Amino acid sequence: MIEVVKGGVSTTIQDLGRFGHYHIGMPPSGAMDLFSHKVANALVGNASDAATLEMTYDGADLRFEENGVIALAGAPMPAELDGEDVPMHEAVRVEAGQELETGFTTEGARTYLSVSAGIDVPEVMGSRSTYTLVGIGGHEGRTLQAGDELVTGENGAAPDTVVGNTAPEENLPDLENSNVLRTVIGLCDYRLTDESREQLCDVAWKVTPEADRVGYRLEGPELEFVEREQPFGAGTDSSNVVDVGYPIGSIQLPQKPIVLMRDAVTGGGYATIGTVIGADRSLLAQRRTHETVRFEPVTVEEALDARQSVQDDLAAIRTAIER
Amino acid sequence: MNGNRIERTELPEPRYEFGGDDHVFVELDEAMSFDANFQAMAITQQIDERDIAGVTEICPANASYMVRFDPDVIHPETMVEELKEIAAETDISEYSWETRVITIPVLFQDPWTHETLMQFRDHHQDPDATDLEYSARINGFDGVEGFIDAFVGSPHMVTMVGFVPGLPWCFQMVPRTEQLEVPKYVQPRTDTPSRAVGFGGAFSVVYPVQGAGGYQLYGRTPIEVLDVDQQLPNFRDSMVLPNPGDILNYRRIDREEYDTIREEIEEGTYEYAIEAVEFVPDAFFEAPHEYNEELTKTGVSSS
Repeated sequence: MIEVVKGGVSTTIQDLGRFGHYHIGMPPSGAMDLFSHKVANALVGNASDAATLEMTYDGADLRFEENGVIALAGAPMPAELDGEDVPMHEAVRVEAGQELETGFTTEGARTYLSVSAGIDVPEVMGSRSTYTLVGIGGHEGRTLQAGDELVTGENGAAPDTVVGNTAPEENLPDLENSNVLRTVIGLCDYRLTDESREQLCDVAWKVTPEADRVGYRLEGPELEFVEREQPFGAGTDSSNVVDVGYPIGSIQLPQKPIVLMRDAVTGGGYATIGTVIGADRSLLAQRRTHETVRFEPVTVEEALDARQSVQDDLAAIRTAIER
Repeated sequence: MNGNRIERTELPEPRYEFGGDDHVFVELDEAMSFDANFQAMAITQQIDERDIAGVTEICPANASYMVRFDPDVIHPETMVEELKEIAAETDISEYSWETRVITIPVLFQDPWTHETLMQFRDHHQDPDATDLEYSARINGFDGVEGFIDAFVGSPHMVTMVGFVPGLPWCFQMVPRTEQLEVPKYVQPRTDTPSRAVGFGGAFSVVYPVQGAGGYQLYGRTPIEVLDVDQQLPNFRDSMVLPNPGDILNYRRIDREEYDTIREEIEEGTYEYAIEAVEFVPDAFFEAPHEYNEELTKTGVSSS
């Protein structure tokens, strides 16, 4: 059992996500920075689908009532276990009665805390991920708050076999210098004027305070649509199309871009103009308010190469751990 | 007589677009039509039946569809080839599907949506009228009553579900000349009551939960379209009531009936009026009004 002493700004239970229900409006949810979630799990000897805590900006304080192993991955976050520093990306032993205190991330936005055998909450539609909008999954479908009690799974790796595991630095992303988001331009990009389509990839976009698990709203120049007589059913505004499904990672344009994240609205009538590739959605999840991002156009083949490169990093981390 | 049939729409070549490395988006037409939607419905049903390894989401939309897949299992180019093959084999004239007619009781001009729409008059095209008065006027009706009659006069097909869980976009099953069309609010509202029934573009919607919204507000249904706790009997298999391809039949009710139904919903005893039917696009195109009447009167029970 883990007792939540302080919930932090926005801490939720997440796993790989919930699939097969997008067509009824149910987004996948799951870890925003999937890479760090997987690293955190690997460090303590969990499978990737074990549930972790996703802590946003400010971490949670937790009291452990059983022995176990924990690891932190993703955005660097100061943390102490009964006064002892807890390093990032290392599996650390916890003993019953110990308390973990965490602070604010020093760079990046999201830190993942794994515990051996994972956080055990009931699965909803095949996933433990929290989706706060309708209040399902995770702990009572909401962000954690003081007084919550979390149960951990059974059959975790034996502590002695995993304590001290670390992830090699060279396989971890450099969060400070990861502001380029490789993007497959397309979907309804024909709605943009040539000038605006160029601008999309030329300028630096600033992350606004309205950046959360649903989407990242960005600030920058106003993009313009090609004038047309609106097709039947599309609505009167030139930013509107006949409602479409929105890919996760897609950039939609209610004038200023919003990149849809894992709690995305699943569809609607705003023109979508491209999709941030899978590999870089984890990096966007680590961008902080007022930081900038750039969109770099890539082909699908390049997106697949990037995907492979992320998998290679993960495999290298797992190999290093098993040695 | 043209007016009594659904005029068929010749669809352009579909556009296959990649959404990153893990989605394919297929636009069947830029404009809404039954042809585009039924094509989306038929193709997505075929994708589902083929059980293609690696496909994780299959999402029909109003005039387009989207699939999500695991590119480690199926290459994006192969995915597009599969979709093209399925499209080539799909002819909606020879197609039909099992669906349901769901009756949605609606209290029009209810106090809750009225309060909300009055709060947001400064977001509206016509601050001096209600949403219904405005909609009736721009669609050429003498008054609100005639507009409501048209709204409930023919069923609405669920052409897409999404935005949030359980929100149906519905396209009224009438020829183009009879179709209602209303712009969305100039500025979206920051609030909408749950279970509000609204209209925007050419689509009616039921808002499952309280929240932001930009559709014109007409009324409120006492029944739930989303039950996350799955306590109501009709939600045992899924927390969402409407599915793409369902047919919603709005039925006008008064305040007394609204209160009675609401009470039954809260007690968990309300029985949703749901009829299983076979939907045949061709028969619908040929004589929509007659076809609708049959659909809503004598749904063939499934069990």
